[in-house]
Amino acid sequence: MKLLTHNMLRSHVTGVTRGFPLIIRADEVKVNSVDFNREFVSRMIPKLEWEALVETAESLGHGSGLPRELLSGYENDEEFLKKVHHVLLEVEIIEGALKCPESGTEFPITRGIPNMLINEEES
Amino acid sequence: MKLKELESCLQQVDVFENPKLLLEQYPTRPHIAACMLYTIHNTFGDIEDKVVADLGCGCGVLSIGAAMLGAGLCLGFDLDEDALEIFRTNAEEFELKNIDLVQLDICSLPAHSLVKAVDTVIMNPPFGTKHNKGMDMTFLKAALQMARTSVYSLHKTSTREHIQKKAADWKVKMEVVAELRYDLPASYKFHKKKSVS
Repeated sequence: MKLLTHNMLRSHVTGVTRGFPLIIRADEVKVNSVDFNREFVSRMIPKLEWEALVETAESLGHGSGLPRELLSGYENDEEFLKKVHHVLLEVEIIEGALKCPESGTEFPITRGIPNMLINEEES
Repeated sequence: MKLKELESCLQQVDVFENPKLLLEQYPTRPHIAACMLYTIHNTFGDIEDKVVADLGCGCGVLSIGAAMLGAGLCLGFDLDEDALEIFRTNAEEFELKNIDLVQLDICSLPAHSLVKAVDTVIMNPPFGTKHNKGMDMTFLKAALQMARTSVYSLHKTSTREHIQKKAADWKVKMEVVAELRYDLPASYKFHKKKSVS
């Protein structure tokens, strides 16, 4: 699971209001190299939950020095865009879990795939 | 990439070993997948540099094709972990890095989840036969919730009138993009109307 995907997912356990961001427990993290696509990264940035992205990346030790607040003019900052690219697409959680910030429900991540199915018996 | 090349690549995608009938698992044929993706890419420009979601992705033929055509990220969603496992292996064999998978039940997607999270949705949803009647419409509804721009979906011609009616109810613009031969369906494009905020 890439951090771009993580940035979109939220917990939909019954009764949870926001359920975002899901807390990552990472047992295995892998860094894959992905071709840098400048257009894509700069177009994605305004659509992200920026603070959640930076906090999550930091919690995994992959903060890459990204600022907590998005600075204007980033479209022209190649170095910055490359860092965002790295955090969004190259850092992958292979094994671990996503934890709902409100209910504490855990969604396992196995072989890179988060299982967001809700086990009704558990809840 | 030429249409023929795309199609022959997609012929290498592994498909279900033991299809589950209840989930209406049947692979999207390479020819249909290639034609569909090629049109979405060349005529509408809805793949390159986009976040593309594939609902009920199964073994991932549509996502893999979209990833090859330069999607920024392809997100495959499916309920079935066996299908996702085959998809994962396919993506590895094709050395595609712009793919991510999530195990999720599209039919129980809450109304506040993944809202406008992706640019484009491509899908070959369950047709909604007797076991799971109406599932095609449930997938469409979820797709429209998730897409910022467009939804491309394969449907049986016999359901067109019903879908047209629903599209009007949901206030989305629908057009028939292609009628594909073989025993398989017509493909529709849903343009989201500019949201009235």
